[in-house]
Amino acid sequence: MSGPVTILIDGVEVSARPGQTILDAADEAGIYIPRLCHLPGLAPFGSCRVCTVTANGRPCASCTTPVTPGMIVENDTERLREMRRQIVEMLFSEGNHFCMFCEKSGNCELQAMAYRLGIPASRYPGIWPVRDVDSTHPDILIDRNRCILCGRCVRASRDVDGKQVFGFVGRGHGKRIAVLGDARLRDSGVDVTDAAIDVCPVGAILRKGTAFRVPIGQRRFDKEPIGADIEARKEKP
Amino acid sequence: MSARPGERQKPKIATVSLAGCFGCHMSILDIDERILDLAKVVEFSRSPINDLKKFDGRCAVGIVEGGCANEENVEVLREFRRKCDILVSLGDCATMGGIPALRNSIPLSECLETAYLDGPTVVNPLGRIPSDEEIPLLLDKVYPCHEIVKIDLFLPGCPPSAEAIFSALTGILGKSRPDLPYELLKYD
Ligand code: SF4
Ligand code: FES
Repeated sequence: MSGPVTILIDGVEVSARPGQTILDAADEAGIYIPRLCHLPGLAPFGSCRVCTVTANGRPCASCTTPVTPGMIVENDTERLREMRRQIVEMLFSEGNHFCMFCEKSGNCELQAMAYRLGIPASRYPGIWPVRDVDSTHPDILIDRNRCILCGRCVRASRDVDGKQVFGFVGRGHGKRIAVLGDARLRDSGVDVTDAAIDVCPVGAILRKGTAFRVPIGQRRFDKEPIGADIEARKEKP
Repeated sequence: MSARPGERQKPKIATVSLAGCFGCHMSILDIDERILDLAKVVEFSRSPINDLKKFDGRCAVGIVEGGCANEENVEVLREFRRKCDILVSLGDCATMGGIPALRNSIPLSECLETAYLDGPTVVNPLGRIPSDEEIPLLLDKVYPCHEIVKIDLFLPGCPPSAEAIFSALTGILGKSRPDLPYELLKYD
């Protein structure tokens, strides 16, 4: 099996390569499937479930599920949109997200996803967990209050930087991003040029001294919703 | 300001700031001269805008800035729920707790001890944490309004823009469900 396969996403025929994930095939066709943990260039991780679609009727993470010939995919349905809203609201309630003073605001993928999905407030009660900040490094800081455990920094440090600076420790509500087990950022060998510093979707891993450079109104998601760049790839009929 | 006979009663709006900073009320004023258009179709009831301290009748719309940090906030919010047809959570403090909710991951006793006993700038010769019937009791945490009463409409933002407030208000008064356009739904 090597020739292209055809799948149907919300009734639109999309051509895909065998072995390609549903999400990658959709991206190439200019169809946006919302996602948070996935980032092109990093190995798919399948942790956030925001990219859930139904494939031949069964819900699955589109960032990890390969296409099969004739697969029928549902993506932009009210049921799936509502499920994605619930996931994003849970992420807000699970961390300490203070957009009003966060330097990532306007460029944050979690916030942008909430805007795109039309979430005015999380319906779930806040958990207000106790999380810590590590600002020991001269150029980089990590604020775990904002971490959504997407694992992008883990994958980028391991697979792109070849360092394994970031890793998960703990389980459930106690799960957190650790630096070399229990080291401080200062002693971790992490560099400001590392790929792992640039992949964080939220304001959890930040470069110091770069905050609020871009004025409100010109930030990444001020005017254009997240995913607009992918949708712009769609061939005009 | 009651209606003269024959004149149709204008719908009333009440507004209040609970655990907020009045920034959202500043943003209400920021609708500028359109507040005159608004005044043509509505009448303000209890609100800091006209300094009326008590409800003077049932309100079509109640606008609440700030979340609930103490028992007085809860009482006022419940009264708003009872006396307003449509209750609006205005701003991040009302919708998610906001800046006051920064204390939510710190035990209340620790907050009070830092503020009144151990803080580096504290001058408190009696060494007592204020406690008086006149001072509303603090809640264990700061709660967004919808965790206390049912909220009908959320307008997030710190503060929500005047545009967002005006378009939502005209939507409600026009009896349509106001859908904020993308550029007006903001959390900052
Ligand atoms: S620190 Fe950022 S990149 Fe790393 S897991 Fe948390 S949210 Fe993801
Ligand atoms: S993007 Fe697929 S599970 Fe997160």
